[in-house]
Amino acid sequence: MTLTDHARALVAEAASGEQVEVYLVESRTVEVEVRDERVESFCAATDTGASVRVVTDGREGLAWAAHPAELPGALTAARANAAASEPDPTLGLPDPGDCSGPAVELDLWCDDVPGTPVEDKVALALALERATLGADPRIRGAEKVAYRDAATRTVLCTSTGVVVEDRRTACSVTTVAMAEDGDGTQTGWGLCARRRVADLDVAAAATEATTRALRLLGAAPVRSRRTTVVFDPLVTRSLLALVGAALCGDAVQRGRSIFTDRLGEEVAAGTVTLVEDPTLTEAWGAATHDGEGVPTRRVPLIDGGRLETFLHNVTSARRAGARTTGSAARPLHAPPGVAARALHLTGGRRRLEEIVASVDDAFYVQAVTGLHSGVNVVSGDLSLGAVGCLVRGGALARPVREVTIASTLPRLLRSVREVGADLRWLPGGAAGCTLVVDDVTLSGT
Amino acid sequence: MPTNAPTAEPLVDPDLCDRVLAVALRRGGELAELFAEDRSTHTVTLEDGRVEALRSGRERGVGIRVLRDGRAVYAHTTDLSEDGLLAAAAAAAAAVRHHPGDPRVAILPVDGTARAARIPARSPTEVAAAERLDLLRRADDAARSTSPSVRQVRVGCTDEERRILVVTSEGHRATDRQIRTRFSVTCVAHGDTGPQVGTEAPGRTTGHELFATRPPEEVARTAARRAVGKLRAVPAPSGRMPVVLARGAGGVLFHEACGHGLEADLVDRGASVYAGRLGERVAPAGVTLVDDGGLADDWGSAAIDDEGVPVRRNVLIDDGVLVGYLWDRRSGGRAGRASSGNGRRESFRHLPMVRMTNTFLLPGSEDPAEIIRRTPRGLYCVALGGGQVDTATGDFTFGVTEAYLIEDGRVTAPVRDAQLIGNGPATLAAIDAVGSDFDTWAGTCGKDGQGVPVSAGQPTLRVAALTVGGTAT
Repeated sequence: MTLTDHARALVAEAASGEQVEVYLVESRTVEVEVRDERVESFCAATDTGASVRVVTDGREGLAWAAHPAELPGALTAARANAAASEPDPTLGLPDPGDCSGPAVELDLWCDDVPGTPVEDKVALALALERATLGADPRIRGAEKVAYRDAATRTVLCTSTGVVVEDRRTACSVTTVAMAEDGDGTQTGWGLCARRRVADLDVAAAATEATTRALRLLGAAPVRSRRTTVVFDPLVTRSLLALVGAALCGDAVQRGRSIFTDRLGEEVAAGTVTLVEDPTLTEAWGAATHDGEGVPTRRVPLIDGGRLETFLHNVTSARRAGARTTGSAARPLHAPPGVAARALHLTGGRRRLEEIVASVDDAFYVQAVTGLHSGVNVVSGDLSLGAVGCLVRGGALARPVREVTIASTLPRLLRSVREVGADLRWLPGGAAGCTLVVDDVTLSGT
Repeated sequence: MPTNAPTAEPLVDPDLCDRVLAVALRRGGELAELFAEDRSTHTVTLEDGRVEALRSGRERGVGIRVLRDGRAVYAHTTDLSEDGLLAAAAAAAAAVRHHPGDPRVAILPVDGTARAARIPARSPTEVAAAERLDLLRRADDAARSTSPSVRQVRVGCTDEERRILVVTSEGHRATDRQIRTRFSVTCVAHGDTGPQVGTEAPGRTTGHELFATRPPEEVARTAARRAVGKLRAVPAPSGRMPVVLARGAGGVLFHEACGHGLEADLVDRGASVYAGRLGERVAPAGVTLVDDGGLADDWGSAAIDDEGVPVRRNVLIDDGVLVGYLWDRRSGGRAGRASSGNGRRESFRHLPMVRMTNTFLLPGSEDPAEIIRRTPRGLYCVALGGGQVDTATGDFTFGVTEAYLIEDGRVTAPVRDAQLIGNGPATLAAIDAVGSDFDTWAGTCGKDGQGVPVSAGQPTLRVAALTVGGTAT
């Protein structure tokens, strides 16, 4: 039986007045980690997951299993779970009108991911280790050098007639370079992620990792100060993901967002135009439909600093008296949430190098730590560990470590001086670009 | 709630295990291992006073690992039929050829005897839905009655029963049944300076017996008090200063600041600042760090690790001197020694690696109140969020979610959330007071994309200087 056969068979079991949704995932994965010119570990798997959601009279229940063959048991469990929950009239599958619009066509599958011989994948990882170690005599080691891929098929099927099949491939090479001089070790991370094995650029990943590690050699804390910060695209990507979470309708409605009650107001500098657009092929989270089977679309969230709309799934839209924006996320182990898939800033004109060259005095932040504990999207407090370099007279100067940067999310958004044109799409729900922000507190010595 | 509880039958038929392991070794390798897992989970949540969708699931799967010359190949499957398991074994065997390694590495046999699995009187899978929902409502009521400024309350309870089976081609066979329960309350309070969040989330390796020591009302009041207290919080200070860590929560600092650096796989890769330092003084006298997976029902406890090795108490730092690392079977094999019982994995989908279990600094002799009195100016940290470390440099950060200024030896104003940043070896060396009290904290530790339950613990401690990343200057 195909995934879709399993799913159709189950939703056909829906009783009168009962809504049933089935979500199935099947992925073939390969993971190779190398070390000292040898394979350190190799993992190959065909993985599956199955999830059933039932809504009856506004009561919702969910159950999951590892294998599609276990769907009937999951349906029984989901029904019992629904019966024990409390009703909410906004719960339920999308209305027919939500799913009827046109959907973008996307081709996110490359046969060379499942098709490339394993030997060639191992060779890519080995080449990456050689390139990392050979880049500079000060590189003394490479950690976590790996090749990974996944070819994933999903099916979403409902008793109301929705059937959405998706297939996509992904592959990546990653490395962590360890650089050393007399003073100690510094690390730098390099990544190349693509949908096609043939597009992987091992040299670029190695150069990224070694450049980042070497740049930090000799890094030390600096004196505390208020400063302008230039965020590397990888850092901006992480910050945007947090902003995106605060723009989700469910977070806003539950008072767990700095944007609650701010619709239509100026929430950021005029330089900030933030768009969610899963219809872009280049976006890692590109998708024709969202996690409830609703066609995706371009959603302008912040336009020239003004908050235009929130992201919604069916339930959050019903609670807000709005329409879903096609932004449902569907985990296997929980009912649909709301999430950004393809968040990015637009309107930039210059890249990182040009921007740094134009800055007299700032702190270039190459990487941050503590993202999962250092940004509070309710209170807005933001405090992160940071490494990078001071910028002096348009050039990267003294390397810096063991400092923190602090602000609040609202102040950070209002202080964006410039948005870069160097959009970088990577796995995750947001693209990075260079970002210049004024008025950040740096804590050091 | 449906009882889709795991049954008492063997996860995989013993004869089939032998056939699977034989196929796995067909193309070479010293050791083949079958890991089977059967995990049932129930989650209930309440938000805005309403019980949300109940969620439950059961996942069964098998992973087959072949070790050759110290390297690992792995295949896993959710197809538990004979054909499915033999196919996974064949896939692992086929990958062995990509796998030249170091022939000097020998994986040593498992030693030690596992204690019996600790099974609470009642499995959480037997708890009725109505009883779970009552826990949520009691917590919701308690949080809301703490203060009118508490506007949002989210309560969650997750319990799971996990059965594992490890069978190896050397004839080692081990099983465990692990039951865990975690209860969490998050409150949002509103005041003149905007909203603030407070969370409390205790977890134990037991069933609903958790609530005998942590009643839902008490957990809820702790979360609510934390949120309400921060409504009058001042901006956190910035710069280097003495930091007093209250008992319990600060344990995560040492989990990050040195625990990860003592994991032998990282040590072996040269990716730890503690590599090559056995026998050296790494902390002041009076600082003893222990990892112990065998504690009664701490969040990181079990009878065996996920390689079937009995867990044990491992002293890592003894009175300031580095005396040991943590090992799994593979990293132990490279060093010519046995596992310390620290080979863990998130699920059958993952290769095991070296992980901490319950990691804690032992209490000393100083009066905690006196430690604060002797601190003219600094930060007093009561609750911490997550942390992060770069083991190669030792630099770490962790988030403070409940903290107060110390002024003239007294705890004064609460401060807004901020990060602390420091360097592991430097922070250990800067411990200048160890209190006589003790408590633990439950969390999920992430490493290379795998999350496992761990606890961390410590007495009240003072670190002479850490960088506090606030906005006040």
